[in-house]
This record gives sequence, structure tokens and C-alpha cells, in this order.
Amino acid sequence: MKRSFSLFLAILMLASFALSITAFAVVEVEDTNYYTKYKDAGISISVYNWGEYISDGSDNALDVNAAFEQLTGITVNYSTFATNEELYAKIKGGGASYDVIIPSDYMITRMINEGMLAKLDYNNIPAAKNIADNFKSNQFDPEAAYSVPYAWGTVGIVYNTDMVTGPVDSWDILWDETYSGNILMFGNPRDAFGIALLRLGYSINTEDETQLRQAADELKKQKPLVQAYVMDEIFDKMQGNEAALAPYYAGDAYTMIAENDKLAFAIPQEGTNIFVDALCIPKGSQQKEAAEMYINFMCEGEVAAANIEYIGYSSPNAAALELLDEEILNSPIIYPATEVIGKAEEFLHLSDETNKLLDALWTEIRTNDTNFLNWAMPLLLLVAIVAAFVIISLRKRRKKRQQLY
Amino acid sequence: MKWLSRSYTWVVMTFLYAPILVLIAYSFNANKSRGIWTGFTFHWYKELLGNSLIMQSLVNTLIIAVISSLLATLLGTMAALGLHGMRGPSKSLIMNITYLPVINPEIVTGVSLMLLFVLFRLEFGFTTLILAHITFNVPYVILNVLPKLRQMDPNLYEAAEDLGCPPVPSFFRVVLPEIAPGVITGLLMSFTFSLDDFIISYFVSGTTSQTLPITIYSMTRKKVSPEINALSAIIFVVVLVVLIIVNINDARIEKKNRRKVGDSFEKKF
Repeated sequence: MKRSFSLFLAILMLASFALSITAFAVVEVEDTNYYTKYKDAGISISVYNWGEYISDGSDNALDVNAAFEQLTGITVNYSTFATNEELYAKIKGGGASYDVIIPSDYMITRMINEGMLAKLDYNNIPAAKNIADNFKSNQFDPEAAYSVPYAWGTVGIVYNTDMVTGPVDSWDILWDETYSGNILMFGNPRDAFGIALLRLGYSINTEDETQLRQAADELKKQKPLVQAYVMDEIFDKMQGNEAALAPYYAGDAYTMIAENDKLAFAIPQEGTNIFVDALCIPKGSQQKEAAEMYINFMCEGEVAAANIEYIGYSSPNAAALELLDEEILNSPIIYPATEVIGKAEEFLHLSDETNKLLDALWTEIRTNDTNFLNWAMPLLLLVAIVAAFVIISLRKRRKKRQQLY
Repeated sequence: MKWLSRSYTWVVMTFLYAPILVLIAYSFNANKSRGIWTGFTFHWYKELLGNSLIMQSLVNTLIIAVISSLLATLLGTMAALGLHGMRGPSKSLIMNITYLPVINPEIVTGVSLMLLFVLFRLEFGFTTLILAHITFNVPYVILNVLPKLRQMDPNLYEAAEDLGCPPVPSFFRVVLPEIAPGVITGLLMSFTFSLDDFIISYFVSGTTSQTLPITIYSMTRKKVSPEINALSAIIFVVVLVVLIIVNINDARIEKKNRRKVGDSFEKKF
């Protein structure tokens, strides 16, 4: 037992040793003096980001958090989430206080409306000038008072050129019966409804109940053709030629195509969804100025370029774009033509009633028959009560019999 | 008939271990995808050691698992001793309350703990995680220790006291060795539960204390990194090695004991 423990310790030590010798390149920043303010203050900030959404030093790339710590002397407590709703719940719950968060467009609007975000002081974020002009004002935060864009992307159709014949230029192809059983679909309601609404020619932010019900009917019609409702499993399925068509995010499609050259990507002509993830500071941040320093660091050309290379999405940062490879910049997948972007729509924050309706319709689509819940729950309760009575009476009878002898 | 039972064993083994073997195999895959094999590499192991987020999460998970399982074992053993001494309806009431967290859905426990911590204005972090883990670990310790107490001859403790041993030393010298297997099982079970708990930790983790399961889950928007395969492979091998060493050790002790018994047997006759 002792020996195994020391073996374990040895492995741990080896690991921490390897950690400490990981070299990180020194970053070129615009104004080194700016970052010296908290050099010896010993403070820390908490950053809450999407998983796999920052350059972490793999493949000799820049380790952004380590470089920031080295430059400023501020400790970064870094943690990750998987969905906007998860982030919202954590902030709203109030158990943990974060200093920098990175929600998406519609969630930013919601948080602004509910007074959960702090106004940014742009005097502390001089590098925000690097943000490209077309991202300086966004629908979700028109004056950019609360958010600095971090990454963006569009949604389109990834398809396998061996399995799909004919042009892919419309969302209709996801309803094409010839590909029955070979179609993958988004596993989250907002994206799935977005596609159905676009196909019908409605806005993806519609609050009209009849339009939403119509979209739900379309999704129900599509269901028999769908192989699976997926999120990240899409990578393995498409790269392994297990499905022919799947709607997904452009940057991820680019990664998939790099792995499997039979894949291609198209943005349908009906229009698409454009998403923007942006850096914000929640209200109640204890270290607002240090948080703004972190946001400023993320806006530095070299840092933003390293991040965007790691993530594979599109960058709103003009200084970073200058540092990227020609090949990526010229890719119509990651940086589509202006007409395509012009036709793309952002997700906006929906009212509570619409969100509830969306959830209800989505459940209806995913489970064929929800009516059974009306009788199944009382039945289950009844069975449990009867079982409890039977067990108790059996026990009593046994006890009585034992007392007889 | 024998081949049938033997092949059945192998089928069960395959079902249990094939997924782990596939995962280990793909931790050496040069390609990022789980579908295509392009070549053998140690790349992901190297990357894993350099990935501060994953390593930090692993360290957090281990710290929380060690502290919470030790405290839960202490608390659970004391509770079991108390319960063992109780009689009548109050005992069955307390026993049922003990069972409750075991049958309660984890998500209910998670949400209610979160609300409780928010109510008491506790900052989410190591403290809340350890408290939460102790909460769901204690019942398992009690359930493991109680049967051992029931099996124990109650006269042993009384005999020790009769022979002049004060209560505390007689607990440590007589009772504890008797119930030790139960205590250790409880400790190991709580360690395991704590190590792979996701749902409860998800609700009560804070800014500095992200555990490994949460880190892995948060990767699902983009793609779970193959470094996780490498990490799982390492954990599997470490556990396997520990188990083998423990088993060999046990076998050796048993052999020694048998020889001793044999020796004394020979001497007698």
C-alpha cells in the first residue's frame, strides 16, 4: 500500500514538474507600462469562459492566462461552462463572483436588461480600438457599453460530397427524404428552431406563436429523417462518414474539413444565424479595473490572434486579422462574403413566454407523446403507496408468526 | 457446459472493459478524431501535462476527494456507533433519514445544497464542495460500518472494560480493529463517489475550485479534447497498478499467516 502511494506521489510530482517547465512565449503588447499597475498587489480575478475557448499553450501556442499572469502579476482563476444558460444560472444564483465572463449575443441582452452587467470604462481598455468597425456596435449591445466582442461565427450545413449529390444551397436539403437516416440535427432548441424558421422565411427571433408552432410542425416532419440530435458528437460522425448532412458552426466545419477532405460547407441562401461571443464584466465584480486589464489583454492583436487560431472561429479584432494566415482569411467558410453576413441574423433575447413556449414545443418534438405524463405520474405514486402497504402488512404478519413460535 | 460459462464470463468482461480499452487506444491516436486512426503518438500525454486547466482540475478533484472522504468516514463511523447503540422508533427514524440522501436524486441534493449555501451567504468554492461531498458520502460510510458493528461480538468490548481498559483505548484496541474493514470500505467508496461526482459539484462549485468532471463537461460545446483520453488512461493504469499491488500484498500476508498457523499446528502435535 505504501509503495503504491509513493508511486502515485511520484507521478504527481512528475506532472507538476512538467507543468512548471512549460515555457510560454513573451507577448508583444502595445503599452507594457499599462499592465504594471497591480504588479505586486497580489490580487486575483476569476474568469468564466466556454470550454476549449482560449489558447492554452498546446502545440507551442501562446498560453494566454499564463502570459497575462506573468505580465501583470494578477492571478487568473479560470473556469469553464458549456452553455449560456449555465453561465446565467451561476451568475444569477449569486454563490460565486466572477470578474470576466464571455456570454453570447442574446444572453448579453438578457443580462443587460436584468442589470447583471457592469458598464465598461473604455479608458482602461485602450486596445478596444483594435475591434473592427463592423463589430463596434452590435444589435445585442448597441453602444458597446457592456461588451467587447471576442469571437463570432455563422451557422451553415456541413455535408459529405460523396453522399450528397446536387447543390447544397437551401435549408430544404435537411428535409430531403433521399437522405433519410443520414441527417444530423442540432441538439439545442434555439439553433434547431432557428433553422426551421429560416426555412419558412420567418425571423429567427419571432415571438409570433403561430409561426413558432409552424416551425415546430416542420421539425416534427423532419424527425423521422434525422439520424440523431447532436452537439459535439457531430465531429466524430461527420469525420467518420457516418452521416451525410449536418447543420453546424462555420469554424467547427472548417476543423472537420481539415480532417476529412470529403466534407464541404455551405451557407444556405435563405440566410443564416450569426453569433457573437463577447467579453463582459458582471456587476459586483470586486476587481473591475483588473478585469478591464484582462479584457484589454484579450484585445491585443497577438493575443486575439492566438486565441482565434486555437478556437477556429472568426475574429472581430482587426489587429489579429493582420497576423492570421492568408489561407484562413481567404476561406469563405470562416470569413464569408459581405452579402452572406448582410443576410445573417443575430439571436436576440426573447420574452419569458416565448422561451417557455420554445421549451414546451422542443420537448414535444423530442418526445413523441407527452400525454402519458398525465396518467403515468399518479399511477407511479399509486403503485408506490400500494407497494408500501403490502410490504408493511407482510412484515407485520411475519412478525406475528414469529411470535407464535 | 463449462465452455458456455467461461465464454459468458468473457462476454461480460468484454462489455465492461472494451470501452476503456478503446479509450486507451485512442489516447495514442495522432488524429484528434475518435473515428479515424492515423498513427501512434505520445503527443496527447505531453499536451496533457502542459494543460494547466486540466491539471488544476485534477488536483482540485483529488484534494476534495481526499478531504471529504476522510471527514465523511470520521463522521459516518461516529454516527454508526451512535446508531448501533440506539433502540426503538427513534433508531428507525434516524436510519431512514440516513437512507434518504442515497435514494434522493442527485440533482435534488445539488439544487437544495446550492440554495442552502446561498442562503448562508457562503462563497462557492472548496468549502462548499467539501461540505456537499461530505453530505452525500456520510450515508455510504454508515451503511458500511453498521453491519460490521452488528457482526461484532458485543461481549468483546465489555470484556475489555472488565479487564480494566478505559473506554477510549478499548474502543481503539478492540472495537476499531473489528470494524476496520467496514470503515475502509466506506472510505474507499466515498473517495470514489467524490472523485466522479458531477451533478452535485456542478451546482456548488465556484471560481477557484472547478473539478475534473465539470471541466470535461464544459468541453462539449467545442469538442472533448483527446488529452482527456490520455488522462483517463493514466488514471485507469494507476488504479490497476494499485489494485494489483494490494492484491499481491494480501496474498503474501495470507500465505504468511497460513504458514504460521501451520507451524503452530505442527508444534502442538
